[in-house]
Amino acid sequence: MRIGVVTFPGSLDDVDAQRAVRVAGGDPVALWHGDHDLQGVDAVVLPGGFSYGDYLRCGAIARFAPVMSEVVDAAHHGLPVLGICNGFQILCESHLLPGALVRNDHQRFVCRDQRLRIEDATSAWTGSYAAGQEIVVPLKNGEGGYVADEATLDALEGEGHVVARYLGGNPNGSLRDIAGIRNAAGNVVGLMPHPEHAVEDLCGPGTDGLGFFTSALRALVG
Amino acid sequence: MARVVVDVMLKPEILDPQGKAVHGALPRLGFGGISDVRQGKRFELEVEGEVTEERLAEVRQIAETLLSNPVIEDYAVRVEQ
Repeated sequence: MRIGVVTFPGSLDDVDAQRAVRVAGGDPVALWHGDHDLQGVDAVVLPGGFSYGDYLRCGAIARFAPVMSEVVDAAHHGLPVLGICNGFQILCESHLLPGALVRNDHQRFVCRDQRLRIEDATSAWTGSYAAGQEIVVPLKNGEGGYVADEATLDALEGEGHVVARYLGGNPNGSLRDIAGIRNAAGNVVGLMPHPEHAVEDLCGPGTDGLGFFTSALRALVG
Repeated sequence: MARVVVDVMLKPEILDPQGKAVHGALPRLGFGGISDVRQGKRFELEVEGEVTEERLAEVRQIAETLLSNPVIEDYAVRVEQ
């Protein structure tokens, strides 16, 4: 299975995401922001970092990158897409996911190992987990506060579209402790924490993050 | 040439940590009597030719699709004389 990882100017975690795909047993494919081409991949990861220097708003410029018109179109047709951190911001700016990410309420960049609860194990990126399972992966963001209006939040909760929630203290002011959400079809998932940094015992807090990538591979085979 | 100004502000219900930080700095500098600070963005667009109602509609479209995120921000468009 070939999983594409898009590199934007300012992406930082594209190589780690490619590595995570490889460790999970898939074939990573490097995709370039400036190409109108997904190279026939079976899924796409939008990695973390500071695309276009976070100018204007996080993800606001990346949303209009040439490759994104292909990503948005393919996502509407069911292509599994995972946005991590900056990738989550890009998915929200692209209107593939509702809401927005704003500056951390405590005004500081946060970088720590973060406990999460997987709330929904039916999406293309969380099928390897059990609902209610607790995991630890790194979290690092300056603008990771998830916000949406009350009606949107109620809809996300009511329809089971909250994929992961922060445990042990809210790190960035996200409403209702939301760490990740999915779309109605379950193929598009946005996540503020970084599972790609927790796929090997050698570095990071463990291998709890690997499940996101094995989930996609499993969903594609299934 | 005319200048059209687009002001973008976070919606009132969205927390503004930057504005809060600025507000928190004021008493330390000896400034009192400021009850709140909100920080926004100002864009100056140099428009070629006359600013017609049509051009203004286009600027509003720019403000809505790129300059602001309607989920968290409001914008205001005005022509600067």
